[in-house]
Amino acid sequence: MKSLLPVLSVVGAILLFWVVSVVPMNMHLTADLAQRQDIAVSPDTPVARQEYSGIGLALRNPQLFGMTYSLDRPRLPSPHQVAVEMWETIALKKVTSRRSLVYHGWVTLSATLLGFAIGTGLGILLAVGIVYNRAMDMSVMPWAIASQTIPILALAPMIIVMLGSIGIQGLFPKAVISAYLSFFPVVVGMVKGLRSPDRMQLDLLRTYSASASQGFWKLRLPASVPYLFASLKIGISASLVGAIVAELPTGARAGFGARMLVGDQYGQPMVTWAALFAAALTAAALVGLFSLMERWTLRRMGMHAT
Amino acid sequence: MTADTTINAQGLNLTFETNDGPVHALKDVNLEIKKGEFVSFIGPSGCGKTTFLRCIAGLETPTGGEISVNGMTPDEARMARAYGYVFQAAGLYPWRTIGGNIKLPLEIMGFSKAEQNERVGRVLELVDLAGFEKKFPWQLSGGMQQRASIARALAFDADILLMDEPFGALDEIVRDHLNEQLLQLWARTEKTIGFVTHSIPEAVYLSTKIVVMSPRPGRITDVIESPLPKERPLDIRDSAAFIEIAHRVRDGLRAGHVDD
Repeated sequence: MKSLLPVLSVVGAILLFWVVSVVPMNMHLTADLAQRQDIAVSPDTPVARQEYSGIGLALRNPQLFGMTYSLDRPRLPSPHQVAVEMWETIALKKVTSRRSLVYHGWVTLSATLLGFAIGTGLGILLAVGIVYNRAMDMSVMPWAIASQTIPILALAPMIIVMLGSIGIQGLFPKAVISAYLSFFPVVVGMVKGLRSPDRMQLDLLRTYSASASQGFWKLRLPASVPYLFASLKIGISASLVGAIVAELPTGARAGFGARMLVGDQYGQPMVTWAALFAAALTAAALVGLFSLMERWTLRRMGMHAT
Repeated sequence: MTADTTINAQGLNLTFETNDGPVHALKDVNLEIKKGEFVSFIGPSGCGKTTFLRCIAGLETPTGGEISVNGMTPDEARMARAYGYVFQAAGLYPWRTIGGNIKLPLEIMGFSKAEQNERVGRVLELVDLAGFEKKFPWQLSGGMQQRASIARALAFDADILLMDEPFGALDEIVRDHLNEQLLQLWARTEKTIGFVTHSIPEAVYLSTKIVVMSPRPGRITDVIESPLPKERPLDIRDSAAFIEIAHRVRDGLRAGHVDD
């Protein structure tokens, strides 16, 4: 709990910066609105106001500060507006409603989890292949690295369209993109983990004339567990990003990505921001869950001291 | 070579190919070790003492000469589980308890569960660690961990014990204590022990035979049969006989030492 104070300090500083930024960011919109409501604004024409920066305009019109926090369609919503939107769409809507963030969250989460399972499985298999097969060691790793240099935003629509053209739609194409992003950290971590036993450990097994499979199950696999958990924590958040990205370019009607797009296209920034925060909280919860599993597993394996 | 010859090396050579050219790790090594002997290999680093031990274990393949272990090649002897090997570090698996670590070779060699448990109890008793079966390695001191690794090497009843500087990383008090225990263990189990060290007192205190080696190329410069009795209290190290052997070892080391 010692880390609580520093964490809260950073969160507080970010919130403060956000709250202060709301005024200049929304000032031009607020001034236009105020003028329509016959409130004195200086300068008094929109064209003249364009000459000013947000900060400059704010300094000339301190009477409008309050209004910048309550616009219906602000350029930058204030934290309390996002919080209200989240409260309404998470707590007050039925979870089956299309306007419920819980519903959209589940759509994204299910693709995330399926993709994560595929990616993790694939990553572990590839890592085992790389460690035990020289040809795979030479050939797979460069391709795995190359795969991660392709912008996922370019690749995602191609995958969705191609899978769609052979009749595969919905959850699976999104899971494919999640898997594409999450297999890589698992491959890297597991290769390192499976190779972590030192020469002495391997020699010891040789003195027992242990078989290769005994070496895998009794030494390499347990030795790789701490590395696997580090990879899983990166992989699960990459999976979530993958699922959201997969929803963006394809006009998906449900999911965090769809909500972000809808908010953007219909000028409802609160919807976008609420979806963004809900996605961040989901990612934090998933990573937190894996941290707990890591602690529990390593303690059971007698390695909690590390 | 007689019936009780356990390890026999004749004209053993081993050359490593490195980027800086060939390194002559062992040159014309001849040595016979009889059943029940406690043989120490002593010499400066690079003299091939560890390499020779690894040749006995079949972990290195000599490039020339003959070596037999229990009348077999080292590889055959390894398959026949002729020896237990103790490394410089305890190398216990952190995810296994002490008991679990000792079971490792037993699992690999296919002993039954009941047999495994019986053996774990027995060897823990031998190394004075009874009651520590359920502890994890990090809960034990360095000396205790090394004792557990000796127990692991004893668990499958190989009649040869090969030890590569097993106490090198421990402080002197712990080392004395472990040396004493090792002699008792040797007396009780009548194993043939090959022991690599670079401590003269340790070699003289433990051994019935001291093999002095020197580097570049790695070779044997002297083999000393110890006249010390089998019963050795720690204070035997102050006796005249002990000091005399220690002198001879030191002379052997000095003779083989080339200042370069």
